[in-house]
Amino acid sequence: MMTIFGVPTQALFGQLLLGLINGSFYAILSLGLAIIFGLLNIINFAHGALYMMGAFVAWMLLTYFGLGYWWALGLAPLVVGVFGVILERVLIARLYKLDHLYGLLLTFGLALIIQGLFRNQYGVSGLPYAIPAELSGGQRLPFMFLPNYRAWVVVASLTVCIATWLVIEKTKLGAYLRAATENPTLVQAFGVNVPLFLTLTYGFGVALAGFAGVLAAPIYSVNPNMGADIIIVVFAVVVIGGMGSIIGSVITGFALGLVEGLTKVFYPEASSTVIFVIMVLVLLVKPAGLFGRTA
Amino acid sequence: MNGRFPLAALAGALLAGAALIAPASAQTAVKIGVLGDRSGAYSDISGEGSVVAARLALEDFKPEQHGLKVEIVSADHQNKPDVGAAIARQWYDRDSVDMITDGVTSSVALAISQVTKEKNKVFIDTGAGTADLTGPQCSPNTIHWVYDTVALANGTGGAMVKRGGNTWFFLTADYVFGQTLQRDTTKVIDKNGGKVVGSVKTPFPTADFSSFLLQAQGSGAKVIGLANAGADTINSIKQAGEFGITEGGQSLAGLLVFSSDVHSLGTKVAQGLVLTEPFYWDLNDQTRAFSDRFSKQMKGSKPTSNHAGVYSDVLHYLKAVAELKSTTDGAATVAKMKAIPTDDPLFGKGVVRADGRKIHDMYLFEVKKPAESKGEWDLYKKLETIPGDQVFRPLGEGGCPLVKG
Repeated sequence: MMTIFGVPTQALFGQLLLGLINGSFYAILSLGLAIIFGLLNIINFAHGALYMMGAFVAWMLLTYFGLGYWWALGLAPLVVGVFGVILERVLIARLYKLDHLYGLLLTFGLALIIQGLFRNQYGVSGLPYAIPAELSGGQRLPFMFLPNYRAWVVVASLTVCIATWLVIEKTKLGAYLRAATENPTLVQAFGVNVPLFLTLTYGFGVALAGFAGVLAAPIYSVNPNMGADIIIVVFAVVVIGGMGSIIGSVITGFALGLVEGLTKVFYPEASSTVIFVIMVLVLLVKPAGLFGRTA
Repeated sequence: MNGRFPLAALAGALLAGAALIAPASAQTAVKIGVLGDRSGAYSDISGEGSVVAARLALEDFKPEQHGLKVEIVSADHQNKPDVGAAIARQWYDRDSVDMITDGVTSSVALAISQVTKEKNKVFIDTGAGTADLTGPQCSPNTIHWVYDTVALANGTGGAMVKRGGNTWFFLTADYVFGQTLQRDTTKVIDKNGGKVVGSVKTPFPTADFSSFLLQAQGSGAKVIGLANAGADTINSIKQAGEFGITEGGQSLAGLLVFSSDVHSLGTKVAQGLVLTEPFYWDLNDQTRAFSDRFSKQMKGSKPTSNHAGVYSDVLHYLKAVAELKSTTDGAATVAKMKAIPTDDPLFGKGVVRADGRKIHDMYLFEVKKPAESKGEWDLYKKLETIPGDQVFRPLGEGGCPLVKG
């Protein structure tokens, strides 16, 4: 059997594929963060809590209303998005003229409150949420057993990421959005309702987090801390990709998933820190991030 | 008249105050600190439930009748040894806390144990796993109450090898607890003629175990030993199901699983899992009665073995203090607790050994199939009772300096 540094190549392929799957979560979450930062200049620390909310809404839909996974996939992002719109209107909109730091503190506080409320209500052990029947089971590939659900995660995540990128870069709506970030006063003078745009953008950004939460519910434990665990990594992803760079966040998300996957084979103890080491290195060499433009 | 009235009132107040103080000073004041994880990965095992359990122990002990005046305080150590040690120090120095209990998370427990020894107070650990607390790091001020890594290894590890699981691969949480659990289980496997074919250290906490599970799958070992706890265990079991580990003929050994973990997984995912615990709410009438009282204050949750341990150790501690009528010398209190045999409704009769190890029976449980389970908390069926003198490490083998000979 062929080996690379003592690891069979077959095992290596398996690990790379798993890395790609984890990268899907990083990609969707960091995409939402990048959109929000790019258009609203808000460092949205509540993103992890809203991801967790997505998973909980999925669980609630099933438990209280009997609505399964596919319903949740559509409804949960909607619920989280509406919640985001309310947050933006009531609180965040008041901070646009202030330094980034205020937005960061506000959203960080919100994250702690949301997590605390869920923890108080549901405890930390988490709630069961099963993989939908259509996607249970898996394929025996030559190098690994690939659960169908994980394959679906990659497909769903890629589709959402590409669609979002296309909307922002290739449509008139996206052009308005981009213009509104560059020069809000001028765009408003053309009769575009800029505050509404910003609200909807925030709503969409956090709906992506909710979507990721639903994707995560069947494979991770649905518990109030699930967002806190992942959000720090996702922030590192966004910083490495370049704050506000949309395509950068997606590519970096997938790439860092791969790097993490490889670390889990060669030196598992470091797998929770490798992303931060890369972040430090990137910041030293290219402070604006890999895909970021220096202002 | 105007001038005299306040004076008289003052005198009256002083008298009344003296009258209030007099009977109080005849009672011994005792302060118990419940120091656990109130917000993190272990807060369902520990957390508010431990405080409720301590309060239930007070209700049953009726301290006033024994000349004691007991107060309970609580804090969150966030699973960080430095935070735990700092709170313990502050409690002992400033808030006159006499005894700390719970102490979930091994690394934190070892830190609290150090501080307790330095201040000559009492630490009764229920939640931590590391058997080093009564081994090389044992202390005349520390008692280890509920379970330890050796007992888990002997229980689950021994049972799995006897059932034919003679090759093992470990997923080990990368900190004191995981490492000691792997070490102690490896000894049991070797002793019973099995073999460890590999292991992987996973950062604590980890959300995604797929990559580690794949390595375990690739190893071809018959048993995958989960030397982890809490959310790590839940995630690894959930994802093992997804990757078809058990369908592929490998079995999972959850080395430390609490009933709250199984409740969270649900019987559909966790069915067939073999595990070792010293307590389960549905063991007998006494455990059921206690669990009912506990549930009423905890939104319907059933107590874990850690909660039961807090109840049981607070009772025993108060018995010792009531006899000594003093809490000043922590080592003397612990010596007294070792001298009187333990007896309570949840763990039955037992002893506290010279090295600080509390001895009681442990049980080997199997998680029920969904069809067998009659309610959301109807989780285990008992396979075997393992007597306390067999499941815990023999007194002479731990390397504890307190054990003579």
